[in-house]
Amino acid sequence: MTLAPTPSAPTGERARRAHRPGPGRRGISRQTLAFWGFIAPMAIGLLVFVVVPIVWGLILSVSNAQTTITPDRFVGLDNYVAVLGDPAFRGSLVLVVVFALVIVPTTLGFSLLLALLVNAAPWGKGIFRTIFFIPTACSYVVASVVWKMSLFNGLPTGLANSVLGFFGLEPIAWIGTTTPPWFWIVLVTVRLWLQAGFFMIIFTAGLQEIPRELYEAAQLDGIRGPLQELRYITLPLLRNTTVSVMLLCLIGAFQAFDEFYNILGSAGGGGQGNMSAAMTPLVYLYKAAFADQNYGLGSAGAFVLTALILIITLIQGRVFGLNREK
Amino acid sequence: MVAFRRRRVARLVLLYAVLIALAAVFLIPYYIIIRNAFSTRAEITAGGWSWFPAEPTLKNIAALVEGDSPILRGLWNSFVVATVQLVAQLAIAALAGYGLARIPYKHRNLIFVLFLATMMVPSAVTFVPTFAVIAQFGWVNTLTGIIVPGLFNVFMVFIFRQFFLDFPQELEEAGRLDGLGYWGTFVRIVLPNSGGVMVALGAIGFINSWNAFLWPLVVGQDESTWTVQVAMSTYLNSYKINLPGLFAASLLSVLPLILLFFVFQRYIVQGVKFSGSKG
Repeated sequence: MTLAPTPSAPTGERARRAHRPGPGRRGISRQTLAFWGFIAPMAIGLLVFVVVPIVWGLILSVSNAQTTITPDRFVGLDNYVAVLGDPAFRGSLVLVVVFALVIVPTTLGFSLLLALLVNAAPWGKGIFRTIFFIPTACSYVVASVVWKMSLFNGLPTGLANSVLGFFGLEPIAWIGTTTPPWFWIVLVTVRLWLQAGFFMIIFTAGLQEIPRELYEAAQLDGIRGPLQELRYITLPLLRNTTVSVMLLCLIGAFQAFDEFYNILGSAGGGGQGNMSAAMTPLVYLYKAAFADQNYGLGSAGAFVLTALILIITLIQGRVFGLNREK
Repeated sequence: MVAFRRRRVARLVLLYAVLIALAAVFLIPYYIIIRNAFSTRAEITAGGWSWFPAEPTLKNIAALVEGDSPILRGLWNSFVVATVQLVAQLAIAALAGYGLARIPYKHRNLIFVLFLATMMVPSAVTFVPTFAVIAQFGWVNTLTGIIVPGLFNVFMVFIFRQFFLDFPQELEEAGRLDGLGYWGTFVRIVLPNSGGVMVALGAIGFINSWNAFLWPLVVGQDESTWTVQVAMSTYLNSYKINLPGLFAASLLSVLPLILLFFVFQRYIVQGVKFSGSKG
């Protein structure tokens, strides 16, 4: 993101200033007023619904605030100590890190693969791209219904188990068991299906920016075949795209809630839920705030999670380089 | 030469085999929604995998549409939420984007940086204190509470600012000569020429609003304010689960977006590419 210096309108601006009152005795020029007029709705909104909540959250996180959203009394870092001392919260942080470590590379690789395959196809690009992209229109809730109640419903007749049966394998209780934790396959595939097409589009945009002549020139330099082209041209030139896809995917993974809540939800599908086995930080915060009504604890947990996301984003920026200038 | 061509053909055959297989896998979930939405309960739970319902039925959908079902009300609530958010988000962000791009003010860049800084804090993480603010306004269990906090989209401001910076200045100058002020130029000249970027951002925004789950779940606790996602989730997690009804609801909730998707696909692709520039 560069902050391009905004070109000020050369002639028109000066002409306007000539017959408009500048910053006069009243202090505020009409231009400044106009500026704030345009900015005000956004600025006020961000103030009320982003800045105030952050400040309020900070206050709540150092206060005793149970069953009430108004801080009761100052308790220092007690909430932070409590939330970090809670094995369930620590477990949720570990879980989301592991989840990110699995889902980010999988999504990255798979969506790049889709982009490359579709790009290489001489005919039918549009159809394939559309098919891979439509899951973007689907909600996590609907996908959870399909994954939980049909594909991986744990019955011998579910599609996943039918496929296993075809190969002579025993049916698996995908969601209902923690040993081994098969529900990971359910959670990873559902997110993969939902977001791979979205990232494929971003990769496709990156691919289309690579000039064709580069590939022709490379052939003269002895680079032959799709694999070498991929290794020496495509991947290096997709670097910036890859970094931004990784970042979007990572931030999304850390805020995972919908599919964990809906697929592992405690009551669903005749009690096959498994929520405690796989509670993400957001599910934990949701329960802390809205089931246990402990807003102080919930806010403290929220700031711990924010800090974790910021740290990981910064580390990633360090490692992979965030500068988009070449 | 022949060997080379044969290898090329083999490669193409392999490519299309992989593409078709992947496409089939990608379509399975949609196929399942449609199949189950038109099946009877007995058929869904019966042993053995069947590709088509033996007796397709419209009963599941009819049961949702007639009377005052929570799903039907959820569809309406989702429609209201997504439409209002679409219009207001675009208006607020376009105004701010134009001010930041075109109206000279000495602290303009500072304000832009402050806007961007709010993006650093993931919105989902602040949902607990935001709920506290909403509660203070008495907006719990209202659609207003679901809608308003989501109206201030800095990412859209970023894209609009970029777009307005590239907007041909001559057009705006012409407007000024006709005596238009900033507001007049914006409404009469800039907005009518911003259709593409509006539709691109709007379509993505509508999809996100329609599919949003956590915030509507937190604010709309009462059945009357359930969005369709919350209504479906409640059914999914209840003990008395109505499988065909759930799949029929899934079909109804996803259908409007699929239609939107096909009509605006070109713009949605554009909107997704914008998101790629966010990182």
